[in-house]
Amino acid sequence: MGARIRSLANNFSSTGKLLAGGMNNASLSGITALPSGASPGKMRLLSTQTASSSSSISFTSGIDSTYDIYKFEFINMHPATDGANFQFQCSTDGGSNYNTTVTSTYFQAFHFENDSATGLEYAAAKDLAQSTSFQNLFTGQGNDNDHTGTGELFLFDPSSTTFVKHFLSNNNSSDASDITINQIPAGYFNTTSAVNAVQFKFSSGNIDAGTIKLYGISTS
Amino acid sequence: MGQATRNIANSFTTSGVITSSGVDNTSLNNITDLSLGGSLILLSTSTASSDATISITSGIDSTYDEYLFVFNNLHPATNDAVFQFQGSTNGGSSYGVNITSTAFRTFHNDAGSSNGLNYEGANDLAQSTNFQYLMEGIGSDAKEAGSGTLRLYNPSSTTFVKHFVSDTHFRQKSDATQRNLNAGYFNTTSAINAIQFKMSNGNTDSGTIQLFGVK
Repeated sequence: MGARIRSLANNFSSTGKLLAGGMNNASLSGITALPSGASPGKMRLLSTQTASSSSSISFTSGIDSTYDIYKFEFINMHPATDGANFQFQCSTDGGSNYNTTVTSTYFQAFHFENDSATGLEYAAAKDLAQSTSFQNLFTGQGNDNDHTGTGELFLFDPSSTTFVKHFLSNNNSSDASDITINQIPAGYFNTTSAVNAVQFKFSSGNIDAGTIKLYGISTS
Repeated sequence: MGQATRNIANSFTTSGVITSSGVDNTSLNNITDLSLGGSLILLSTSTASSDATISITSGIDSTYDEYLFVFNNLHPATNDAVFQFQGSTNGGSSYGVNITSTAFRTFHNDAGSSNGLNYEGANDLAQSTNFQYLMEGIGSDAKEAGSGTLRLYNPSSTTFVKHFVSDTHFRQKSDATQRNLNAGYFNTTSAINAIQFKMSNGNTDSGTIQLFGVK
């Protein structure tokens, strides 16, 4: 028995079952799609970007008509500049420009660590009305070593050429003044062009650290 | 052909395709990255059965950036109970990490005579080690229960605070629908590695809490 056959035989048990040593991640690398009857789940991780003193993070691939809903997760976004606002905008030209017209709402609940104040309020300074500015997701982010902002953003049917593109977001941040703020923006990109890229940044300074994940969610 | 070779050969069809008898769960032990798989990985399911507390002391570590708890029809033994949670940095030996949080709600009673949106100052915490309210005033009538989600971000970080965001809904003791939105952070740079849930008074009669890791 040649060495290759011997190696093959060693990857099977005495009863002929394939052992763990006979298969690894590389064994599956040639499988790029599952048959329709073998659903892998309705939510799939498409890409992950990790900030490292980044001026912005752009997703210029993966946002198309494959999925009905796209979800971004922000994990511990830490700004270089104290009090910076974490924001996003969309592109209809693959990332050449990020300036799509937005109309949005913004409300928030806040609570100081020293218990001196609480509130639930509409934050008119943080919404947009037919504006091409970047939309705030969480604002006033502190840059103390342990301060971050975290949350999620859903973008619905970005490839539609019929409807506006809705978004919903829910985030929690540790404000520069030691306040927890639950910040909840929503709105739409008022365009019937397909949105095919999304950019995130802080209003001033770099993104020192943090991870943004992009998921595709299928509804069918 | 020796017996071992014959057994291997029997694990393949005549056209060389491996048969179901040729593989079992052990065969996949070295598969650690199934890129085509889903992103929600069920880690555990806790089913309440007249339990004073439900503690999840394993599975919360650095494997995932985000953990998702799903509450399904948690039913209190005692009327007007408050469903709440706390974290642990010592594997569940104690639950009492400093929390600062916000809490607001919407409600509407069955009679249609009362509704509202308001900040709930009694439900938030400021640098407190108390349990964080998630659903307050759940009814204990047979049909009454509470459901929802709690997201816990990067609990194993030893650099940053640990943010959480919760969105729950329940039927109040006074026959109303209520949605609670709670968020905040565990103000610690120690890793959170266990979470405990409980009703403020009385047991959790029934319901499930599922823990997912989000890839």
